[in-house]
This record gives sequence, structure tokens and C-alpha cells, in this order.
Amino acid sequence: MTQTSSAPRSFQEIILRLQTYWASKGCAILQPYDMEVGAGTFHPATTLRALGSKAWAAAYVQPSRRPTDGRYGENPNRLQHYYQYQVLIKPSPPNLQELYLGSLEAIGIDAGLHDLRFVEDDWESPTLGAWGLGWEVWCDGMEVSQFTYFQQVGGHDCTPVSGELTYGLERLAMYILGVDHVMDMPFNDPQSPQPLTYGDIFKQTEEEYARWNFDVANTDVLLRHFEEAEAECAAILSQEHDDPKTGKRIIMAHPAYDQCIKASHIFNLLDARGVISVTERQAYIGRVRALAKQCADAFVQTEAGGFAA
Amino acid sequence: MPDLLIELFSEEIPARMQARAAEDLKKRITDGLVEAGLTYAGAAALSTPRRLTLTLEGLLAESPTVREERKGPKVGAPEKAIEGFLRGAGVSRDQLEERETPKGAVYFASIEKAGRPAQVIIAEVLEATIRNFPWPKSMRWGAGSLRWVRPLHSILCILSDEEGARVVDLDIDGIKAGNVTQGHRFMAPGEITVSSFEDYSTKLKRAYVVLDPAERADAIWQDATNQAFASGLEVVEDKGLLTEVAGLVEWPVVLLGSIDDEFLDLPAEVLQTSMKEHQKFFSVKNPKTGRIEKFITVANRETRDTGATILAGNQKVLSARLADAKFFWENDLRIAKSESGMTAWTEKLSNVTFHNKLGTQAARIDRIAALAREIAPVVGADADLAEQAAKVAKADLSSEMVYEFPELQGLMGRYYAEAAGLSQDVANACEAHYSPLGPSDDVPSEAVSVAVALADKLDTLTGFWAIDEKPTGSKDPYALRRAALGVIRLVLNNNLRMTLKDSFEASLKVLLKLAEWQGAVLEAKTAEAAAGEDTLEAAKKRVHDMAHQVEAARAVINTSGEDLLSFFHDRLKVFLRDQGIRHDVIDACIAMDGNDDLTLLVKRARALEDFMKTEDGENLVQGFKRANNILSQAEENDGVEYSYGADRKYAEEAAEIALFDALEAGEGAISSAIEAEDFAAAMGGLAALRQPVDAFFEGVQVNSDNQVVRRNRLNVLSDIRKLCGQVADLSRLEG
Repeated sequence: MTQTSSAPRSFQEIILRLQTYWASKGCAILQPYDMEVGAGTFHPATTLRALGSKAWAAAYVQPSRRPTDGRYGENPNRLQHYYQYQVLIKPSPPNLQELYLGSLEAIGIDAGLHDLRFVEDDWESPTLGAWGLGWEVWCDGMEVSQFTYFQQVGGHDCTPVSGELTYGLERLAMYILGVDHVMDMPFNDPQSPQPLTYGDIFKQTEEEYARWNFDVANTDVLLRHFEEAEAECAAILSQEHDDPKTGKRIIMAHPAYDQCIKASHIFNLLDARGVISVTERQAYIGRVRALAKQCADAFVQTEAGGFAA
Repeated sequence: MPDLLIELFSEEIPARMQARAAEDLKKRITDGLVEAGLTYAGAAALSTPRRLTLTLEGLLAESPTVREERKGPKVGAPEKAIEGFLRGAGVSRDQLEERETPKGAVYFASIEKAGRPAQVIIAEVLEATIRNFPWPKSMRWGAGSLRWVRPLHSILCILSDEEGARVVDLDIDGIKAGNVTQGHRFMAPGEITVSSFEDYSTKLKRAYVVLDPAERADAIWQDATNQAFASGLEVVEDKGLLTEVAGLVEWPVVLLGSIDDEFLDLPAEVLQTSMKEHQKFFSVKNPKTGRIEKFITVANRETRDTGATILAGNQKVLSARLADAKFFWENDLRIAKSESGMTAWTEKLSNVTFHNKLGTQAARIDRIAALAREIAPVVGADADLAEQAAKVAKADLSSEMVYEFPELQGLMGRYYAEAAGLSQDVANACEAHYSPLGPSDDVPSEAVSVAVALADKLDTLTGFWAIDEKPTGSKDPYALRRAALGVIRLVLNNNLRMTLKDSFEASLKVLLKLAEWQGAVLEAKTAEAAAGEDTLEAAKKRVHDMAHQVEAARAVINTSGEDLLSFFHDRLKVFLRDQGIRHDVIDACIAMDGNDDLTLLVKRARALEDFMKTEDGENLVQGFKRANNILSQAEENDGVEYSYGADRKYAEEAAEIALFDALEAGEGAISSAIEAEDFAAAMGGLAALRQPVDAFFEGVQVNSDNQVVRRNRLNVLSDIRKLCGQVADLSRLEG
């Protein structure tokens, strides 16, 4: 990687530049969702806001957890906890590809030196009942982002269509910063008085979680939590739309969706513990999808979901 | 006459769809234009990742005027009828013409459809084409409802002649047709105005876009082979990859990169698969050692550092991928070389469901092993080896490498079986037992491989037949047609003499035995385990259901339907038809006994096909049919069967006597030829009958007034039928 004057020097600088860039393009810069999720798509700012007719533009970092990917911090590229940068714009603007390429420029990828390519990759999330068409974006043969035009979420057709961009931050940053092992990546400016690497912050946590995810997490408790989240989701959505206390129409789509997120993450943990057989797997995914669908059904009944009384 | 240029410019079209889409564009537009009366001299369709282009030369400037005459009601017909006719024909009363016909005076209307200018027709046809384009998958974008493979940005549509170019007036959901396109996304961004196809392709090339995919592919291949040659290496040919890569770039730039030394000892197939599947790299090998040492990647642009950054990036990505592959390879080898060897993997397969009614992969392997043992003697294989090979043949499904690269199944099995110190016959079977997959795939010929390959396919077929999951129409999710064709080719290529019905029976027995055994195991487990009773009960029920189904299927296969066998016969017909054997010839042979011995069946069919190409053959069949028709009719009318055998003493005519001689001689020759399975000789026996049969029909009246003579002659016909019937059922032949 040639170092130009505008090359970022740390992981956090890349994040900050993405935030500044997308803010300048009119996105609301949101904060991460405060729950464990497998990917930035699970944030209600994407899943739910992709539904309904209202315009939307948001960008945010989302810490994401994939318990099965844990490697005790030893694999140079794999982590059970990592960051995604997520942009969702509805309706998808006609120049979304140019906007996206501009963001790469902003974080120091000089299109004059690199080979940027849009390679077919249709996205599907069986747990969210969602799919879209788009590409994985390649920079010199490496996948740096996922670019998707949402067609359906929670079983609902997306009208208008949202454009979704997902950046795998660690991989992208390692490439830009020229680092071979994620743990060696400078998290803050290496010139700062207290330079910290990614490893300084996450090596130990990767070990701790890998051990817990794979060997210790109490599967009986997790199984129970899964059932409880499922039941709670249904219970929330079974409430009548009009709140008896305030007299207002309050459909609790978001609290119900939290339970769906919870169930999804618990399923991932159970999967990492190896207690879900191949046949059961499909059944569990189907159960989470059913929750996502019910939440989507509820959300489109709300004002944010485009419901007009 | 004007030329037409159309370009549909969009975001990146998946490489695998481009060629088909360009053809669809051409077909739909030209069909639509021709239907509307606009003919043209020539057409060509081209594509890049961002555009579909169609150029038409010598198009009519307008469609011709068409005149049509319509006959109406009689003069003086009820007013309503006349009004209806006027409405239908779109003419007024005074335009009608009265004309005398043999049936009296009748109204005629002359309708003239005026020709229309090309641009109007083009606009209609293009709009219909865009709105109904047959993309395998299409999408909406933004707030619109138009569907395209990815967002459609612009439409270029111009008609050009000596006077210049005109834009065709068209607006589809806000996308207005124009005369503007764009150059390469990075190297020449910005709009380009064009006036003709020549102007368009020249300007695009200047803007770093090579329009013709074949030209891009050629350029890539040329440059790649040249660069490899300069290093004393050669590129591994891969046409599919070349087409795909040509569909990923508008301006191909070929770069030759190195593979780190530490990965050069990986099996060549692993390197090749990893590079191709993940990175779309070509493999570059050393022709002396066969080792893959370098790779070719194709970028979509030139850079000021002549690709150095791009190549370094690609190399880095490759190293990370290969580090994974190496990790899998070494872990797998460790297991294969360990004491338990490949059985550790097979055991794991007891957790992997093959099909919920047919049990786990491990159960399937047990069945295949048992069946391979049974089949071994038929194919000349050692039964122990065949069983052993079947047991490990699918073990690699549990290996890390195959988990990562499913397309390496079998091949990795061979490597790991070799590493585990198993015999070469067994190792080869690991790879070969999946074959043949396609109709032109190589067919295994080593006995152990053949036994396992047959057992694998037969188990699949009888299994799915037993649970009634047969292919229907275009749906064949378990690739059963392919499995049946595989069996057919294994049998024919190796000249195997096996009766399929016995094989089905053997396979069903194995299926049933294992189902019973599993049931017993589950019962024992149920007794042990109080907890989780529900799942065990369900599993138990499943096994019992399966046993039940197997019984039912056995009944079907043994008695009435011969369903699976006729499925094989259908596949065989398709297979032989491709080899030029008529379907009625095959039918004539399938109607014979022993039709589940495919080698015999095909031998007979080939001989009959050859015979049918001779004049004797064709004529004899005519004679046979004539005999058969006369005989059948007489039998029906008389209500008796003429199968007594004819008596020479009632023969009156010379031709009749000659036929008796010929039948006697033929009887001996044909019977012994059939006995010896020498079908060519049997056909020769039939050929000898042709002349006497022809002469018989020429000179002898079958329906003689003398009833004794008539009966005798009918019995002669019956002898002809019987004798021919030893060779094949000629009544099934057409023509």
C-alpha cells in the first residue's frame, strides 16, 4: 500500500472518516444497537427501517458477534467479535455506487491504483426472511464490502427499495493499514502517547469468549432463554394496539424485535456449542424467521413503518 | 436503409448472465421488429459488465402497408349483422363494396393498414422487451417499480442513415432514450455522445471499453499465455473461467503473480480450486513438473504503477486463502495417517443426515458397502476390497478440505486414502465412484471402482424409489436420472452382464436390513434413555415407516409396475438416441425377454439398427408386418389362434414351398445365433427370409377358397411371426 498524505493511520481513524463521510452525505450517524447481534443488518435501523414507505438514511458502526468464528485471537483474520460499518438509504439513490466509491476514497483507497470491482453476490438472511440483489465489492481481489438492494425483509416486499452497504471493518482496515494480523493493527494513532493495538484491546477478550462460547456456555440455560425470548416476542405482539393506560395506539414492534434479536444470538451460541444437529438447525432458523416476520408485520402497522391512520 | 443501435446501460450485470442476456435482447428485439413488418439485413449483440448492446443493419425505414380484404354479410342481411361487420373491420358503410358471388350479392370491405415509421415500432418493441426481459433474477431499485437485473441507468437508442442519427423517442419510467453512453467507470468516466455503431464502438475503445466479450476473452488468453511463456510456464486452460473473467472487466489487464513457496506442495487441484473459486485466478503451471507455480489475475484497469499495487493485493489475499487450505490439508493428513485413519471421519457421518427418510450418511455408506460386496463378483472385483473401498469412499465428506471446497470430494478421498496407506484400488475408488456424472464423463473401469460406483448409484435409486421420491417433469432434486444414466454407462462400457432386477432386489434387501437394524438400535436406546423420549420415538417411527415403505416398494418393483426398470429403459432410450439408434428399434428390443440385462439389450438393438439400415431389413419388416396384419385380422375374425405350425404337404405354389424351405433353414440358424447372442448372425438369418417372404406375398393368395390351404397358409404366417419374434418385436418398428 503506498502511503499518501491522506492515508489513515489507525483503525479508529478509518471509522471516524467513514462517519464524517456519510454524515456529509446526509446520513444520520446512529450509535451501535445495545444488544448482541450477528451483523449490522440486525440493528432495527436496518431491519425495521427498510420496511414501509418512509424515507431513511442512517449510518453506524455495529459490533457483531459470531461465536463459531472464535479462534482464541490466534487466526490473523477471524474473530468472534468484530465491527461492521453499515449504511442504509431508502429509497436507494441512483448514485449509490458513486457514493460508495467516494467512501473508499475517503478512507485512503486511491481508485487510480487499485482494482475495484462489483462481483455478483446475492444476499440472503434466512433468519430475517430477507433477501436482496447486489454484489460483493472487491478491492484487488479482496472482498471489502457487501452492496445490496433490499427486495424483501421479514417476508415483506421493500417499497421503496433500500440500498444497504456493509463494510467488514477489520479486514478493510488491515488492508489499508498494511497489517497482516488483526491483533497487530493500530487501534489508535501509533504516534499517540498511549498507542494501543487491536490486540491490546481484544486479544484477551477473544480468548475468554472463545472458551465460553465453545466449552462453557450453559446450553440448558441458553435453550430456556431461547424459548423465553420466543414466548415473550409473541406475548408482546399479542397485546392490543391501543394502550389501555394512555389511550394511545402503541404497537410494541421494537420491544418484540429485541426478543427476536435475542433468540437469534442465542441460536448462534447454541450452534457454537455444537448442540444443534443439522436437521434441527433448519428448524431453529425457521423459528427465528417466524419471529422476524411477526415483528415486520407489526412494524408496518406503526407510524415509522409508514402506517397512516 | 437506416441502422439501429441500442445500448442498455446499467450497474454491473452478473458475469454468468451476460452472454444469454445479449442473445435474449437480440432475439426479442428482432422478433418484435420482424413481426411488425420491419426486416433487417444483419444483427449482432454484445455485452460488457455494464451494458447490453444490439446493432442492427439495414433496417426498413418503415413497415410496408398491408391491404386485406374481408368478406361480410349478404346484401340485405339484417342491419345488426352489417353494423357488427363494420365495427369489426373498422370501416364505414360507404367504404363497403357489393360484389356478386354464386350465393348472391355480398358486402366486401377492403382494409388498409398503413405502414408505420421504424422509430415508432422500435420504441414499442424496445419498451416491451425491457419490461418483460427474461432475467434469471431481477430486482427493483429506488422508488420505482421497473425491474432489471441491477439498476438500469440509461437507454441509448438511435436510428442512423446518410442524413445522420435520430434518437428514438422513448421514456420508460423516467429513463429517456438518448444518444449518450459512458466510458470505463474509472479510466474514462463521463458521457459520450454517439452517432452510429461504428462511432460508438470506436469512442468506447478510446474510453477503455472493449465491447465484444469474445475480443476481451481472446485478449486475456493471448496476453496470459504470452506472459506465462516468457517465464517458461503455461496457463492451465479453463474456458468457463475465461468467459467469466471476460464478463467481469471492460478493459482487461493481465497480471502474472507468484505463489508463496510454502504453498507449492499443496495438491495441484487444491491450488487450482482455491484460486479459481475464490479469486477467479488462472493457474500457471510448470510444464516440466506439472506443478502450479504462479497465477494469472485479470484487472479491470491500467494504473500508474502498472498494476504493482493490484498484484501485491491479490497476492496477499491468495496467501491468506492458501494458508487456510494448507491448514486444512495438514489437519486432514494428520487424521488420515492416524491409527483410526479415515474411520474417524466415517463415524462423524453418523451425525449427518442424508435424507430424513433414508437415514444418515453413515447408514448410507453401510448400505453401499453391503451392496458393493454383492456386486463385486459380477464385475470381477474382490468382495473384501469392494466393501472396504465403499466404507471409506465418502469419508472425505467429513474432512476440513471438502467442507471448504465441496467440489474436491472424491479427489481428496483419494489423497487421504493413499496417505492412510490403503491399497491403490481402494484409493482410486474414492475418487472414481462418483463417476460418471455427465453423459460425456469418463467411466471407471477398475473393478473395485466399478463395484462401488454401481452400489452407490443403485442404493440411491432404489432408496428414493422406496420412499416414493421419483423425478417428475423437470424436477429431479436428487439427480436420479443422472444416477440411472451412470449405471447404464458403467454396465455398457464395462460390458457387464448383470440383471438389473436382481440388483434392485439386492439393494432393497440391504435397505430393509439396515432399517430393521436401526430400528432395533433405537429400541434399545429408547429403553435406556428416559429423557428425550419424544425424539427417539419419532426416530423410531421414521425407521418403521421406512421399513414399511421399503416393503411397499419391493412389492411395486417385484410385481406390477417394473417402474424402476422402465425408468432405466427411458434413460437408455435417451442415451441410445443420442448415439443414433432409433427409439422404435430400442422399443422392439425392450419388448423382449431379458430386458434388464442392459448389455444384451443394447447388443440386440445395435444389430437391429444396422439391419434396419439395409434394404433386406427394411423389406423384411414390411413383409413381417404384412404377415402380422393378415394373421391378426384372420385370428380376430375367426376367433382362433393360428399357431399349429404349417404343414408342408398342403403347400401348392412354388413360392410357398420355397418359403417352407427358408423357414426351416432360418429356424436353425436364428435359434443358434440367438443362443450364442450373435445378433448380427440372427439378423443375417432374417435377411435370408426377405426374398422368400416377398415372393410368397407376390405369388400366393393367403385367403384361398380351400379352407385347409387357407388355414395352412395362415399357420405359415404364424411361423414367420414366431421366427422374427425370436430376434425382436418387429411390430413395434415404425414405417
